Amino acid sequence: MKVHVVVKMKRKRVKDRDVCGTTLLKTMEINVAEAEKRTGKNAVNMLETYTVYLIETRPVDTVSEGISPTPDSLWRRYSEFEILRNYLLVTYPFVVVPPLPEKRAEFVWHKLSADNMDPDFVERRRVGLENFLLRVASHTALSNDKIFFTFLTEENGWKEIVFETGFQAKADSRLKALNATFRVKNPDKRFAEMKHYGDELQSVISQLLRVRARVADRLYGVYKVHGNYGRVFSEWSAIEKEMGDGLQSAGHHMDAYAASVDDILEEEEHYADQLKEYLFYMDSLKAVCRKHELTQFELEMAAQDLSSKKQQREELATGTVRTFSLKGMTSKLFGQETPEQREAKMKVLEEQIQEGEEEVKEKNSECDEFVNNAWCDIERFKDQKDHDLKEALISYAIMQISMCKKGIQVWSNAKECFNKM
Amino acid sequence: MKLRKEGGGIMSGSATEPAVLPPSPAQIVPTDLSEQMLELDDDDDLEVFSKDVTVTDGGAFSTSDQISPCSLLNQYGFEEEEGDSNVKDIFVTVDNPESHVTTIETFITYRVLTKTTRSEFDASEYEVRRRYQDFLWLRGRLEEAHPTLIVHPLPEKFVVKGMVERFSDDFIETRKRALHRFLNHVAEHPILSCSEDLKVFLTAQAWELTSHKKQGPGFLSRMGETVRAVAASVRGVRNRPEQFNAMQEYVESFGQKISSLDKIAQRIVKEQKEYLEELRECGPTYTLWSGSEEELVEPLKGVASCLDRCCKEKEDQVRQLSEHLAPTLHEYALCADTLKAVLRRRDNIQAELEAKNDALATKKIDREAEPRERGVVWQSLLGRDPEEARQQKQHRLEGEIVELKEDIDKLEDRVEWANNALKGDWNRWQRSKRRDLRSAFVHMAEKNVDYYEKCLAVWESFLVSQRTEFGDGAERRLPSTS
Repeated sequence: MKVHVVVKMKRKRVKDRDVCGTTLLKTMEINVAEAEKRTGKNAVNMLETYTVYLIETRPVDTVSEGISPTPDSLWRRYSEFEILRNYLLVTYPFVVVPPLPEKRAEFVWHKLSADNMDPDFVERRRVGLENFLLRVASHTALSNDKIFFTFLTEENGWKEIVFETGFQAKADSRLKALNATFRVKNPDKRFAEMKHYGDELQSVISQLLRVRARVADRLYGVYKVHGNYGRVFSEWSAIEKEMGDGLQSAGHHMDAYAASVDDILEEEEHYADQLKEYLFYMDSLKAVCRKHELTQFELEMAAQDLSSKKQQREELATGTVRTFSLKGMTSKLFGQETPEQREAKMKVLEEQIQEGEEEVKEKNSECDEFVNNAWCDIERFKDQKDHDLKEALISYAIMQISMCKKGIQVWSNAKECFNKM
Repeated sequence: MKLRKEGGGIMSGSATEPAVLPPSPAQIVPTDLSEQMLELDDDDDLEVFSKDVTVTDGGAFSTSDQISPCSLLNQYGFEEEEGDSNVKDIFVTVDNPESHVTTIETFITYRVLTKTTRSEFDASEYEVRRRYQDFLWLRGRLEEAHPTLIVHPLPEKFVVKGMVERFSDDFIETRKRALHRFLNHVAEHPILSCSEDLKVFLTAQAWELTSHKKQGPGFLSRMGETVRAVAASVRGVRNRPEQFNAMQEYVESFGQKISSLDKIAQRIVKEQKEYLEELRECGPTYTLWSGSEEELVEPLKGVASCLDRCCKEKEDQVRQLSEHLAPTLHEYALCADTLKAVLRRRDNIQAELEAKNDALATKKIDREAEPRERGVVWQSLLGRDPEEARQQKQHRLEGEIVELKEDIDKLEDRVEWANNALKGDWNRWQRSKRRDLRSAFVHMAEKNVDYYEKCLAVWESFLVSQRTEFGDGAERRLPSTS
């Protein structure tokens, strides 16, 4: 699939819109130019076929000056993209990290192959991967990451470098935490609403994609059946004297009409991909909200712990047992402690309280920092989403218009031919 | 056409002509003849008629048809009729289906409106109610009277596919339109439209129609026809003129092609309906989505409304297909069957002639043959004088031969008339077929263009509404096609 790079660029969905901070995209041009099949031995020493994607990078200045030097390039496979993304998720928990294109084709209608080796699928994945890189490269925080830069520039050894960061372990504990159930007493309402929004959007976009797939399937049927007209008109024209010419030429238009649906539906696939991107984005969004809950929960736990320790100190000082505790029971049963014992305990408690207060202070600022950073990124994401989806809806309308124009042309031509019958 | 008006004679295929004649000025001699014929009292008419039945093999084939010069002129008039459809003097519409409930059954009647300036009609406007059975009866009579003319088909009794309910609105509407087309084709036909049965159908009150139906060739004579027809078709025709061979071939191919197109059209209607069903879910989903959004509410609702409007246009488009193209194709598929039947009947007439010629040849041979071997022994056994017996036999043969020759004369006339009628009507049918099919396909193409134009307008107005808000974003839109 050696197609000139410029042609593929029109599929880019991301532009560098960030006003504040520098992003990589300002200085570097990034493309996922090609895809290729490879065969090799995998981890268990078995032969497998997989696809690799060519990432090309070029300094921006040269392009704008009209010089077009050969870009630097390297090959990456999908699994490496996944590793990069996991690393980013763990390292920047307050960022709504862009999603990768789907691993397997979902929401297919009958014509599309669900096979990962299908060239259409591979092409759409290529576009999706490029989009992912561009989104990361245009994010102020993410684009300045060293690992990301190495991903784009160092083909060999990148995997070792990324694993050295130890992100894998963090990734595991993150997953565990995200899936754990806990109740937060005072979550930030905005995050709760965002999470709810994420659920709603996932549900409605899934529904939309399913409906769209069924509609595409039916539309395909309608167009293709018209091809039969072409065939029968041609046969029929052979036995007619005056009607023959008109029939024959009308038949050609029927064939053209039937064939036109393939392009129409391919265009629509790109629209579906735009919707899918935001469907998958919702996982990241919900993860950020979840992370807030987690930090808030930890803060609340620390505060609760501190408060209980303070209470214990108070009880120890005043000798009253207000809450039921094993100590209280034992002291009742076995008699009270000696003043020395009490003093020792008090000292431990004071230490613990001091530690606890430090902890709470830390957690508090962690929480605040997270809320600020996360909310900032969420606002950025909201703007991006509103802009991108609006563009998508407009492009959908443009697609419909194009489809209508084609239809008008074909049927006007057919009508002329029918008039000559 | 002009002659018919002036003549005012009734040229139809019915056996009994009611002696009601509009007063006509004494004009051309030929028409006087038919008037004379009609003054014969009933019995003579019937006798003449029944004699002809044995010879002509066509139930309601009356002598007035045979010799009426107006009908001959009408034959020739076929060729002159190229594109001459402006002289329409009778207009028929079928509408207003109504349900009738009796103790025995429930059925639908249709209103049949006639407007005409023809002199053989007493009034210029008629309104009657007819049921499907009445149409069936009319068509049957027309075919009987004109076995080698092409009578437009009627919609089928019931639709096997799709389990259409007998009284569903769609079914009734489709049938109504088909009945309308049937009557219009008959009314436009130069010979069929002169039919007495048609006139009764269009003008008579219900009880009058019932009593008229009871007249006509009896059951037995019709049985006789069928037997003869079967015998003739088993015999087969030997020397079919090349012209009719060509017609046969054409009808076979045409029938196949039209049937295919009929199926395709029906399939398209089905696919469109299924597409529409799915499409209807889109708008509501976008509306649902808009409920979760703030900035995107307007564009989402806009898309939803566009989709809803496109659904309406699609509904329209599908309805046009089912009401126009599909039924027309179906009718012409039925026409192919009609044509095959007409060709068969023509063949049968010719076959009968051939059979009679064969019989004549045999009898002639018999006449020349020496009776020695066969008859002599037999006669001597019976104690008869051989010479007398031979003379008796010769006499009998001569008589039979004369009769056969007369029959053959009549049959030859009949064959020629049938062939000419068919040839003329064939050309007429070809023109009508071309006109009907062309107009049906043009109509379909027009409606399809219509659909796309309306949808285009819907989406373009959405774009306009978005562009005014979008402002500088206009340049950033994706190009639509490569």
